[in-house]
Amino acid sequence: MDIGGVLENTILQFIGFNACYYAIAAIGLNVQFGFTGLLNFGQAAFMAAGAYGVGQTVTIFGISLWWGVGIGIAYAVFLGLLMGMPTLRLRADYLAIVTIASAEIVRLVVRSVKFRDQFGGTDGLSGFASAYQGVGVDLGLQPAGEYGFWIFTFSGRNLWNLLVGWSLVAIFGLIVWRLMKSPWGRVLKAIREDEDAVRSLGKNVYSYKMQALVLGGVIGSFAGMMLALGNANVQPDNFSRDLTFFVLTGLVIGGVAKVTGSIVGPMLFWAIYAFLDSLLRELVDKPVRIGDFTLIQSTDIGSVVFMVMGLLLILLMVYRPQGLFGNKKEMAFEGR
Amino acid sequence: MKDADDLSGTDAVDPTAPVDAVDAVDADGAAPRVQSDTALVARAALATVAPEPGASKPDPILVASGIRRSFGGIVAVDVDKFEVQRGSITALIGPNGAGKTTFFNLMTGFDKPNTGVWSFDGVAMNGVAPHRMAKRGMVRTFQLTKSLTKLPVIENMKLGATDQKGEKWWNGLFPGLWKAQEAEIEARADELLRRFKLDHMREEYAGALSGGQRKLLEMARALMTDPTLVMLDEPMAGVNPALKQSLNHHVRGLRDLGMTVLFVEHDMDMVHDISDWVIVMAEGQVIAEGTPDDISSNPAVIDAYLGAHQGRTLLEDQA
Repeated sequence: MDIGGVLENTILQFIGFNACYYAIAAIGLNVQFGFTGLLNFGQAAFMAAGAYGVGQTVTIFGISLWWGVGIGIAYAVFLGLLMGMPTLRLRADYLAIVTIASAEIVRLVVRSVKFRDQFGGTDGLSGFASAYQGVGVDLGLQPAGEYGFWIFTFSGRNLWNLLVGWSLVAIFGLIVWRLMKSPWGRVLKAIREDEDAVRSLGKNVYSYKMQALVLGGVIGSFAGMMLALGNANVQPDNFSRDLTFFVLTGLVIGGVAKVTGSIVGPMLFWAIYAFLDSLLRELVDKPVRIGDFTLIQSTDIGSVVFMVMGLLLILLMVYRPQGLFGNKKEMAFEGR
Repeated sequence: MKDADDLSGTDAVDPTAPVDAVDAVDADGAAPRVQSDTALVARAALATVAPEPGASKPDPILVASGIRRSFGGIVAVDVDKFEVQRGSITALIGPNGAGKTTFFNLMTGFDKPNTGVWSFDGVAMNGVAPHRMAKRGMVRTFQLTKSLTKLPVIENMKLGATDQKGEKWWNGLFPGLWKAQEAEIEARADELLRRFKLDHMREEYAGALSGGQRKLLEMARALMTDPTLVMLDEPMAGVNPALKQSLNHHVRGLRDLGMTVLFVEHDMDMVHDISDWVIVMAEGQVIAEGTPDDISSNPAVIDAYLGAHQGRTLLEDQA
């Protein structure tokens, strides 16, 4: 058994591109869910907004790729306002329902035949990322070249993606960390505790909730942009419910309402995933049978990995509900 | 009461001083009491007011008329006229279900009346959102204490300050823009925490406070908004007798600092002890008004509160 290979996969996924765009999405989700208590189950829609924003520039609008950043942000703001306006005056659960539905609507619209000319249908969009990749090349990273040392050896293209991605993680992590230390962040945390108390102290709760929803969505759209640029294409089915809930799982593993939690959580999510997946592939080289009953074979591994991750998540919730970086003292006052 | 300095300069009455002996024994209302100047002013102004429901006050800060709110077929509040004298402590009493809390909600914008108009400090308040009330100087507390349990006590306090520059998100990123104001707010918060004897809990989560301390925190936090009218919804509910004395003292201290207090309470001792004027509600309507002494001898109030048969045995009733 190649335990070294398993660990190598684990480490590479810990700092890999998946972990990086998940972390950006989780930082945004943390603003909404962790700090403000808004149940946004549609982060995938905000990510799609960013991804299609950059994807449409060259291929559909025929303009420079860099406009995509602005278009992606505009889409995310629009989406946030649209979801928030009818629901933020209501109880928290309504936002959850509306966001999960909106995310599906967004996905079904962009993959529809009707809007194929705008969003590329089920094929998605591709062939827009050359300007982005060009910057990496200009900085001396040859797409086919090899960079790094030991197991950390990446192609120039991957390294460029990782550099840009983790820089975005650092920037948004810093912005959110700073905001949450400000009086603005204090109002958000107070809203999470009790809206009416905050209202009675003269704060416009509706407006603050909207700001949190939109800001978290815009950060989420950057995760989508990163995904689109890194893969050099946009696939509608990347933005399914799974994506939202995987990001949420990552956030919960790390610990909600902590910026470090929202970054390390998604990294751990992917590390655990890679570890289980490669370990099982090493162990199950031929079907494991008990008598006539096939316990597990290689085609089952994908599902078994998620079963084990679900079990781990349950254990985490039971024995460490605050997540890895959460504050245990805070959790003690839950529901009092 | 618009200057932070006013709050700290509590020379008129120092609410942290021990409750004075004469005050402490007058729970039965019979003993002579030492009253502050502001209390005497408030009582002198109210002495000329006829003790009848909906009586006009010489200098009202809150004026409401024709306020009606029904939930389905039930009329929760139906108040013809309601005035609160500026600078007074006014108690709003009544049996459970009388509509006191609903009336509070209506006055503070947390609920909208079906009909009626009301004004605060001469400005019409119809349709004003609750978060604007605090900025105009009207602040409330809640019957079920709303301490923000996962925020430290000091953060709870600082949240109360209005017009904070750092509460705009684009300013939040630049601490230079709000650090000075934040320090000012923190100093004010610390001053209030000292007054309410919560300074030793400064860094604790509000969830770690006892029920009584949470009441104090909520009141102190409300004062961070620099209010002119403080509306307290059952400040004494679930508070032990020793803390009640200190809460009493704090409420009186608010009047001495120039604020007007309107409070809902069931504790008749407290009502008698500290209020300058009492308004009685039953079944959504104002049924009586007057000084505490007027009210305690008012047969309509005794009927509403204790039932028309109070003090008699069932046998006597049947006879």
